[in-house]
Amino acid sequence: MRELALHVLDLLQNALEAGATHITLTITEDLAGDRMTIRVGDNGRGMSPDLVARVLDPFVTTRETRHVGLGLPLLAAAAERAGGHVEVESELGRGTTVTATFRLRHWDRAPLGDMPSTLMAVLLSGRAVDLVYEHTVDGRTFRLDTAEVRRELAGVPLAHPSVRTWLQEYVAEGISGLQRPID
Amino acid sequence: MPKVKSIEDLRKIRDEAQQALKVRLETGTRIIIGMGTCGIAAGARDVMRAVLEELDKRHIEAHVETVGCIGMCVQEPLVDIEQAGQPRVTYGKVRPDMVPRLIEEHLVNGRVVEEWAVGRLPTQ
Repeated sequence: MRELALHVLDLLQNALEAGATHITLTITEDLAGDRMTIRVGDNGRGMSPDLVARVLDPFVTTRETRHVGLGLPLLAAAAERAGGHVEVESELGRGTTVTATFRLRHWDRAPLGDMPSTLMAVLLSGRAVDLVYEHTVDGRTFRLDTAEVRRELAGVPLAHPSVRTWLQEYVAEGISGLQRPID
Repeated sequence: MPKVKSIEDLRKIRDEAQQALKVRLETGTRIIIGMGTCGIAAGARDVMRAVLEELDKRHIEAHVETVGCIGMCVQEPLVDIEQAGQPRVTYGKVRPDMVPRLIEEHLVNGRVVEEWAVGRLPTQ
């Protein structure tokens, strides 16, 4: 996949497929430490230790595990070729956390890409899920909590045409406010 | 630079939306986009973005929804269009540059774009 945001979308879809009602997405860009960390945590059904041990292998995916699919092996490959790796922690009935790290300035690190569209693709799923998105670049943080947005909306759905436009622009502006040219 | 989006803007949207909401949700058009790994890898997210932009540009108030994989991965990105009283039509291998014509012909003029359609479900 050409953008890390597409991997993020895949992780978020996994969380939805696992029946999560709450997802936290944290992206940290540490310029001084040359590190980028993407973490997706959910409160979905979780996986057995046996399955966790196998999820990074593309060839063991079976029908029962197809909510995992090829997404994680592809993410692991993207992280490893950029000097990082992927860790999966999970507990049955509690949820799953996937952490991917990258060397921020590595030649082969894909660009983050279109995060507003990635978030929209999840928020338009019509599922009763709340998402906390926290993106930090060198100590500056943008945060979106869809539960807070929902409270403001008092029953108007996130998928409402004017709301989805607002959300996309709000996130785009929030993220672009974090960027500073990499020296 | 566009005006910074604020929570105030969101509240305005809420107040306007609450008035007309019921009508829209009950009679509206639905556009459904497959967003499984297969869809994502084939470009479904950018198709979704093109759909949102085109609807915005034309001020069409359709309901856009993303769903998981339905098993027709080879035809991804898949876009379904459903209008009240009409069969639900599935379009396959949709690219962002096909979206304006889909919306123009199917949504605005009410004609199915036969050459891109890969499936049809009768009205429920």
